Amino acid sequence: MTEGARAEGARVFQASDRDLAITAAVDEAIRAHGQQTYPHECCGALLGRDGSVTDLVALPNTTEEGPRRRFLVRPGDYRQAEQRATELGVELLGFYHSHPDHPARPSQYDLDHAWPTFAYIIVAVAQGAAAAMTVWFLKDDRSSFEEGTLHHGENPHPDAAAAVHG
Amino acid sequence: MAKILIPTPLRPYTDKQDAVDASGATVGELLADLTRRHSGLKAHLYNEHGKLRSFVNVYVNDEDIRYLQKEQTPVAANDTVSIIPSVAGGAPTVAEELPMLSNDEVKRYSRHLIMPEVGVDGQRKLKAAKVLCIGAGGLGSPVAMYLAAAGVGTIGLVDFDVVDFSNLQRQILHSTPDVGRPKLQSAKEKLQALNPEIEIRTHEVALSSQNALQLFEPYDIIVDGTDNFPTRYLVNDACVILGKPNAYGSIFRFEGQASVFATKNGPCYRCLYPEPPPPGLVPSCAEGGVLGVLPGMIGIIQATETVKLIMGIGEPLIGRFLIYDALRMRFRELKLRKDPDCPVCGTHPTVTKLIDYEQFCGVAPAAPEPVTVNNATELTSLELKQRLDRGDKLTIVDVREPNELQINRIPGSLHIPLGDIPKRYNELDPDAELVMQCKSGVRSGKAADFLRSVGFKRVLNLKGGILDWIDKVDPTQPKY
Repeated sequence: MTEGARAEGARVFQASDRDLAITAAVDEAIRAHGQQTYPHECCGALLGRDGSVTDLVALPNTTEEGPRRRFLVRPGDYRQAEQRATELGVELLGFYHSHPDHPARPSQYDLDHAWPTFAYIIVAVAQGAAAAMTVWFLKDDRSSFEEGTLHHGENPHPDAAAAVHG
Repeated sequence: MAKILIPTPLRPYTDKQDAVDASGATVGELLADLTRRHSGLKAHLYNEHGKLRSFVNVYVNDEDIRYLQKEQTPVAANDTVSIIPSVAGGAPTVAEELPMLSNDEVKRYSRHLIMPEVGVDGQRKLKAAKVLCIGAGGLGSPVAMYLAAAGVGTIGLVDFDVVDFSNLQRQILHSTPDVGRPKLQSAKEKLQALNPEIEIRTHEVALSSQNALQLFEPYDIIVDGTDNFPTRYLVNDACVILGKPNAYGSIFRFEGQASVFATKNGPCYRCLYPEPPPPGLVPSCAEGGVLGVLPGMIGIIQATETVKLIMGIGEPLIGRFLIYDALRMRFRELKLRKDPDCPVCGTHPTVTKLIDYEQFCGVAPAAPEPVTVNNATELTSLELKQRLDRGDKLTIVDVREPNELQINRIPGSLHIPLGDIPKRYNELDPDAELVMQCKSGVRSGKAADFLRSVGFKRVLNLKGGILDWIDKVDPTQPKY
């Protein structure tokens, strides 16, 4: 597969497939982070490639609007996450955050602040215990989120992965 | 030409390039040129008013333009401009989940909306709130009327009584034409006429340990307007078990009480009174009377506390017990603490589900009118009339209080209040035939028992009291 075809494949994945694979370690780490910061929201960056999250960067929640209901990743921390991705030879795929005592569905505030193409993982933390985990992608016209599918420990795009490693 | 660094999420709009060129003398011009060349970027960089979105940060050589000259910041040909995301989000706040106000509602609640302590958010909280009033009587009337007027979105009412003439002196939800109608029917009409925007739910049941939890479940706050101890303990315990605040009020004669019980860290009614008083010690309003305006004062305190709790403003009446004396026009406030040994809300509660409250309060369930005299010592109104007409020498002794005698009286009766009988019985002739009489026959039965115990031989009790006398013999006199 040519470089152009791979880029095209990634584009197709991000625009329509709405699938994201996470390893068991990533799944575990997001839940643990949400429980650790409860009743406040946690946040962090998702690193990997081709729709597969392989690494996380836990980031400080710097919001000044009340961390029980808000999170903020400052530009400096964003840059740090991108640098980390470069060091690992992967890409910044998106961000995760927790919803303490609230369902794992994006809020209007999430929508208003969303970036295109990024995967947004939300983990619900009910009474201190991590519960449902979902993934969301902003529609191109910013009108709403589309829910994606989280795959655990499998690669939803084996062809693309083969292209990278082959 | 300057170079602009594009962050990962925007690269799909720049043909995957992480750096693109654009021209312009300032950041604003540069970004305008950028969005001309790559039109997909515009919606993500700018909001609908054409302003840069708050989470879009623009740096010129590592300096945030917010601290330079913003979009007027000059850009030289060899400068590097970076677009760097902030990433923000979060769970919906309460305000985002509240119902919106219609234009009619904005008009109706405008005196609320202009106060910053209430405002649109406070009014939306009121609209979202569900409050259950136990009783649509003296306290329930002002509570429900003010909550309806204030815009509490859902008001539930529990009652199973019909409107009686004697209710009208204080139960302002009901009017004279409502006498004989179910209280809930009359209440719903009045409240819905006052505010058609809200929902009134009626529960025509006797509150019991079997239905209380299910009934309370959908509501946020319970307002206790009951007039008896078994229901008061039932409401308290159910509120503690469900974790719902209890806006409490009670009234008797000229005095009222109010507090907020069963909040998360606050005390409950049982922290104050773990056990009910012995039955009969505290008379009910029907026995002791109540000043008609008194429930207005106490009910409005309950309604005030309810709207404060809903909006989360002010200093709630939690851990404080307010006592109001209408005659002296004084309020006293007692401090209340949560009792760690409280049987319901303490650290090791012994009451974890609802119990039999009639039994707990020593009230015999469905007890008939206490019978203290036997038939041989009673006579009826008609028998009394016949004997008086026959010319028998009978002494009628009215044992009611003086103010009751001002309402009605059997002609020719002597008057000794029940409480005075032990010290004044020697005024009576022990050989005369006595007919003891009160309102309905209970107090006079006690007086007759006492007189027999001190040696009176010919003591009769008038069955049914003066009420029966008016029904059967003299309908011209008023009843109370």
